[in-house]
Amino acid sequence: MSKLLFERSVVGRRGILIDPIDVPEVKLDEQYVRQSKPRLPEIGEVDLVRHYMELSKYTFGVDNGFYPLGSCTMKYNPKLNEATASLEGFANIHPSQSLETVQGALTLMDDLSHSLCEITGMDAFTLQPAAGAHGEFTGLLLIHAYHKANNDTKRTKVIVPDSSHGTNPASAAMAGYQVISVPSNAQGGVDVDALKLVLNDEIAGLMLTNPNTLGLFDPNIELITSMVHEVGGLLYYDGANLNAIMGTARPGDMGFDVVHLNLHKTFSTPHGGGGPGSGPVGVKAFLKPFLPQGSLVKETYGYRFLDERDQSSIGRMRSYYGNFLVNVRAYTYIQSLGRDGLKAASQNAVLNANYLMEGLKDTYPVTYPGTCMHEFVISLEKLKKETGISAKDISKALLDYGMHPPTMYFPLIVHEALMIEPTETESKETLDFFIETMKKLHDLAYSKPEVILNAPYSTPVKRVDDVQAARNPILKYMF
Amino acid sequence: MAGYILNTDQERTVMLEQIKRASLDDLYAELPSDLKLKQDLNLSAGQSEFAVMAKLKALSSQNKVYSTILRGAGVEHHHVPAVVKQLSNREEFVSAYTPYQSELSQGVLQSIFEYQTQMCELTGMDVCNASVYDGATAAAEAMQMVVERNRRVILMPENMHPHVLQTMRTYAQWANIQLVDLKTIDGRIDLNDLQAKCDANTAGVFIQHPNYFGLLEDVQEISRITHGIQAKLVQYTNPLTCAYLKSPRALGADIAIGEAQSLGIPMSFGGPYLGFMAASADLVRRLPGRIAGQTVDLDGKRAFTLTLQAREQHIRREKASSSICSNQALMALVASMYCASMGPQGLKEVADAGLRKAHYLLQELEKIGFKRKYEGPFFNEFVVVSPIEHSIIERVCDEMDILAGLGLSSHESLWCVTETTSKATLDQLIARLKEVIQ
Repeated sequence: MSKLLFERSVVGRRGILIDPIDVPEVKLDEQYVRQSKPRLPEIGEVDLVRHYMELSKYTFGVDNGFYPLGSCTMKYNPKLNEATASLEGFANIHPSQSLETVQGALTLMDDLSHSLCEITGMDAFTLQPAAGAHGEFTGLLLIHAYHKANNDTKRTKVIVPDSSHGTNPASAAMAGYQVISVPSNAQGGVDVDALKLVLNDEIAGLMLTNPNTLGLFDPNIELITSMVHEVGGLLYYDGANLNAIMGTARPGDMGFDVVHLNLHKTFSTPHGGGGPGSGPVGVKAFLKPFLPQGSLVKETYGYRFLDERDQSSIGRMRSYYGNFLVNVRAYTYIQSLGRDGLKAASQNAVLNANYLMEGLKDTYPVTYPGTCMHEFVISLEKLKKETGISAKDISKALLDYGMHPPTMYFPLIVHEALMIEPTETESKETLDFFIETMKKLHDLAYSKPEVILNAPYSTPVKRVDDVQAARNPILKYMF
Repeated sequence: MAGYILNTDQERTVMLEQIKRASLDDLYAELPSDLKLKQDLNLSAGQSEFAVMAKLKALSSQNKVYSTILRGAGVEHHHVPAVVKQLSNREEFVSAYTPYQSELSQGVLQSIFEYQTQMCELTGMDVCNASVYDGATAAAEAMQMVVERNRRVILMPENMHPHVLQTMRTYAQWANIQLVDLKTIDGRIDLNDLQAKCDANTAGVFIQHPNYFGLLEDVQEISRITHGIQAKLVQYTNPLTCAYLKSPRALGADIAIGEAQSLGIPMSFGGPYLGFMAASADLVRRLPGRIAGQTVDLDGKRAFTLTLQAREQHIRREKASSSICSNQALMALVASMYCASMGPQGLKEVADAGLRKAHYLLQELEKIGFKRKYEGPFFNEFVVVSPIEHSIIERVCDEMDILAGLGLSSHESLWCVTETTSKATLDQLIARLKEVIQ
């Protein structure tokens, strides 16, 4: 593996220089001034370049190969989006410039919000949340503020299905709610009878992903939303799986009151090794007064941002107006695809997922064999029982074939789960190669399990010892 | 077919046959029919790359890009080295997911580990997480790190960035955390008020140093008072200033948080930025978000992985202290590259340039009738009371392609100077303002 930056450091070496400082020196009182320099690396530019070139070689992105990571929608990130986001007029404007000097940015934000409203069937969007989980927290605060405005203070609980992402219950807890978990039925949908049992006037809302985390559209969705509405609760849509249904169905029409989107999933903005994302939140009109400070609104006289004078607002969720340059990328994507392209993207995502499932289902049990949406889940429970080879082992073996493995061990309701989401931007050849490889590994699990147990072989490091990392944490370089 | 889709019509036909479906629409046969859209989305048709670029260029040209920026207030204009821009745009970094599959992600994991180390060096802390959304949410998340079952009060002064205070209020309102305002005297924390408000219920004291008005706080004294009641001191800071000023840890802080936009990240109309959170070792399990750690592989070779995940939402669900999942990893990479390209000397010089040029600008403004609002020592930002209305000054600056300091009231404004402004530009500005004032 690579040397660390600090191991490349040579005392006195310099990289980038600044102009000589042509104004008098300033002496601050000694009590404020640092006595010893931070041990930052001292590196020349060419060594810096070689360092990061090496690190990039040991990093795997969508641009390197297939990434069927379920629920993460690792579609191709168009280069045009990067080009528009680096335009000077977007990248080099200060967030507190007067509004007359940033009308282009405001127009873009407004137009993006309208597009997202149309795609989801909502009435207004805030672009402020920085990521999906931040959007969830924002949405739940909106629900909280709404009930409070109605003096409906006994609603202390939020319902979350047991198949949900971990962020759902965590965000609900941050918003001050007690989390009620409801079981899923065999299709991964909400168990309606179980839901009935927990519905009462203490329920503030229900959080749902649809298609759900098994990749299935819940056929009872209208029943579910009406049941929750009947007891006075609101419906929260986790947009993690929107990539299945753009142009075909909309959460707003299903009865959802609040929606968050992951622009870094559905709208093709890059994941950046973990972020930045963008998690805009859409609402029905009756929730508009509660939108966070820093949300853009259009008045008769022009644009303005909500601020502390907007008293019904839930408050500010972060600084300024959101991850603007991420929003520029998503806007670029929507402009490129247009109404037909977005619909085609979803349709082809669903086609690719079904094609993959068809190719795999005789080898690996699929949790639900009907039509899936954009993703599906297979269980390796039987394989593990019979060969000792787990979902993790198969995943590690996939690395040697130049592919990123599917999401492992999620959703939690399926044992030895692999969650597979090919997205629309992969070709039939890639899907065929994945099917072929998965079958080969299945055979190998029975014939030579030790080969799989020791995989991967071609990566810069072999299997990494996570247990030691946690037991004896080394979280920075020891000089 | 548009949309970066590879399937040809012919392939689609083959694939549909294989899955025994008549058409693409047929894939949605199981959806309730009343939920299916009967018409196209009311959006424009897709456009060519050329047309989209033209549209975005037109929009971007409706934004004014100033050649000189004398406004900070939490967001600073610095030179971003070409090497940082170029390297951080490498596709492998940009298009990678969170490095859960460590064998395939050693590069990005190592970069996070290096980032954590650099932030620890700057702040003097023992541990640092892989980033949060921005400085304001870093402050909001830090509240959960200091509160205890029976200690739910956090003290914070009004001289922190207003967005930080507002975000803390939002996060606190449903979390059973009580926020109490600290008074200030002459722009700095009133130590007597702090002493008076510190009691057994105080979980933490939050401060910004240098504060929103650019002033240096007496952090050592604040630390003494805070620790006198066994509360935690949380210092919000601009990490660039840490290359010049005593580190938060050296001043007595238990947690250092803040906005690291100044480390090579463009102003970007507010984001994406970089929230950092660093702390003393005893608080490591209270840090939210991802953390990279060093370990070994099967052969005993050094390797990196995401660690201490038992703190996080995907394991703890509703018992996690934060729901953060996606963070700002790519911006952390930028900050790390920036620190490495500047080195300790370069970073100190950038900080020093801001310090000296801000003092020079203030001194010249005072010569033409501006007055300092606050007396205390400051770093690279300061507040002045102007002899004419600030809106006039802003207009004059605008004509010179300069973004003036931020207006705080009709005659008060907050100015920031960085290495990107030359003495010559400052002199021209002063000469012009002198004419206007006379």
